[in-house]
Amino acid sequence: MDWINLAVTLIKIVVLTFMVLLPMIAYSVWAERRVAAKIQNRVGPNRTGIPFTKWGLAGLGQPIADGLKFIFKEDFTPAHVRTGFFWLAPALTMVPALMTCAVIPFGSELNIAGYKIPLVIANLNVGPLFIFAIASLSVYGIVLAGWASNSKYSFLGGVRSTSQMISYEISLGLSIVPIVMIFGELNLTEIVKWQDSNGWLLLPFWGEGPLLPKVILLVPVLISFLIFTVSMFAETNRLPFDLPECETELVAGYHTEYSSMKFALFFLGEYAAMIIGSGLAVTLFLGGWSLPGGIGSDLVDKPLWLGIAHFFCFLIKMIGFILLFIWVRWSLPRFRYDQLMRLGWVFFFEIALANVLLTALILIYFK
Amino acid sequence: MLDLLFYIFATLSVVGALGVIVNKNPVTSAFSLIAAFIGLAALFIQLDAYLVGIIQILVYGGAVMVLFLFIIMLMDLPSEERRKFGWGPVAGGILLGCVFVVQLVRVLADYSAGSRVMQDLPVGAASDVEQIGKLMFTQYYFPVQVVGVLLLVATIGVVVLSKKELD
Amino acid sequence: MAIVVKRPKLTFGEKIYLSSIAKGMLITMGHFWRALLGKGTVTMQYPEEKWDENLPEYYRGAPALVTDEQDRERCVACQLCEFICPPRAITILPEEIPSEDEWAKVEKRPRKFEIDMSRCIYCGFCQEVCPEQAIFLRKDYAITGTSRAEMVHDKDKLYEIGGVREGLVNKWNELK
Repeated sequence: MDWINLAVTLIKIVVLTFMVLLPMIAYSVWAERRVAAKIQNRVGPNRTGIPFTKWGLAGLGQPIADGLKFIFKEDFTPAHVRTGFFWLAPALTMVPALMTCAVIPFGSELNIAGYKIPLVIANLNVGPLFIFAIASLSVYGIVLAGWASNSKYSFLGGVRSTSQMISYEISLGLSIVPIVMIFGELNLTEIVKWQDSNGWLLLPFWGEGPLLPKVILLVPVLISFLIFTVSMFAETNRLPFDLPECETELVAGYHTEYSSMKFALFFLGEYAAMIIGSGLAVTLFLGGWSLPGGIGSDLVDKPLWLGIAHFFCFLIKMIGFILLFIWVRWSLPRFRYDQLMRLGWVFFFEIALANVLLTALILIYFK
Repeated sequence: MLDLLFYIFATLSVVGALGVIVNKNPVTSAFSLIAAFIGLAALFIQLDAYLVGIIQILVYGGAVMVLFLFIIMLMDLPSEERRKFGWGPVAGGILLGCVFVVQLVRVLADYSAGSRVMQDLPVGAASDVEQIGKLMFTQYYFPVQVVGVLLLVATIGVVVLSKKELD
Repeated sequence: MAIVVKRPKLTFGEKIYLSSIAKGMLITMGHFWRALLGKGTVTMQYPEEKWDENLPEYYRGAPALVTDEQDRERCVACQLCEFICPPRAITILPEEIPSEDEWAKVEKRPRKFEIDMSRCIYCGFCQEVCPEQAIFLRKDYAITGTSRAEMVHDKDKLYEIGGVREGLVNKWNELK
């Protein structure tokens, strides 16, 4: 029985990280390029389809071609770098991003021949904390890249990234405290189950329970959601806050000296962090895998079709959130560095603290 | 299986801890320390102390060491020079080690292994997050408040000290 | 003299940026949907659609040598273009025109005139500097080759691209 559990876990790791997450990373790059093109009245990559034919398939072959290109490019290590750390840095960015997907519930459970398989790799009681802890390690990859490259642009990028990530980790952590208070739970699976029967945190319009407190709770939840989302942008170094790699000032920031697959790991690590961030936001605020309207939430034994529907529901929500990331990136200009720090320390930190207090007051008043 | 994981992570923390003092380059030392912390956190998690393990990574691995590293990099510390070998520090180190071993032997002599078997937590019991939280806000409420005030004082002190230079 | 720029006073609504952010996001969203429905896309799908007939008069394509109306090569191998060429793409080997030739009074002509198109930057300096108006930038822009040697345009190729150019200065013929 133990070995079966181990095998199931291994299969889940392989399927969820390498067959769900990695293709999603690759195709979010494609989506990024296509959406950016559409926003700028261009076409975007639309030709790389099936080789030796005229079928472009809207450029769906592009990620595969990009990957092949990265693998076959010359892997150049400049002479002035600290080689050991230079090689370690890309791995340190990619690995934490992939590790965090261990606690994200991708679906409820798959009922295969009476054997229920929960679609989460590790059902920890400290889900969000685990994600924050592992994600906070990914800063080392960037710092190390900046330091080991031994170039001023990389170094400045690394330094910027460090201070930015430390600053926004605080508001990120504080922003989910009210959410955790509302759920009274740190287990992501339980959080989603709660939302499945009581309505999503941002749309609490179905399920049992009195409606008025839920609607009043929407105020702190909305504030939390806003702070969480913006901090997520800063944590993943995405565009309004992409100062660690801002091209106009730092060439390419911390990965200036990198080429080939090592560069690709930085590039894809950013997208992986973005996808995990979207997954966490969806899980906490948008009901995770639960279907809209609370469909099927009263079934104790979930049939196979419901499990599959839950899985795809989660993926669709996640894709929607990734599209939001992309949309923001191609709409908003870059912040100045002092503005970024001011926003993090002066506004978000205080608002998040006040929000905790507000939530506590509401919870005490209504329960 | 679990034993194997224990040995992997124990080795990681021991090797990391050794790396801190053996390495000449301060950045390498800092990274060894991070490796030691991560190994330690993994050991905590193996003992089902999820919160402690995660906090270990979050606070020490993710925040404190980042600041350490940040400062080391900004100051661009050179690698340590080879120091002159002196008998004084070596003798002191050996003495300290001996004292530690004696203490360990005394403690282990009093401890009879296997006499007290700890009960496993029943499945579905309150999570360790909940229990630690309850303890902190009931039994240890006063110390928590004192530590909070202490941190506040430190914060204000830092602000005062760093602002003074501007005038 | 220093000019004091009056900064506009921002209201609270403007200071928190949220309205402008929303406005900007709506604009990009509008562009996205219009482009998704196939309107407003300005991209030209290159190998299928080309811009050739719309190329402006001043378009700077591949440089080429021209002959005049009497089929004389205009180039007198003064090597000014070779001298001015920023990427040093031009190589000229002058030779004397034998005295029995019809154009013996011109004295020099290029024996070898090569432009390395893998170096050419289409700057047009050669055209500007030429005292004989012998070299012109044409509208050919898709210069390709499978080897470096193929990318070097020799004299025959240059005259083939350039062709005959009538009018302009007539220093060496009877028309003057």
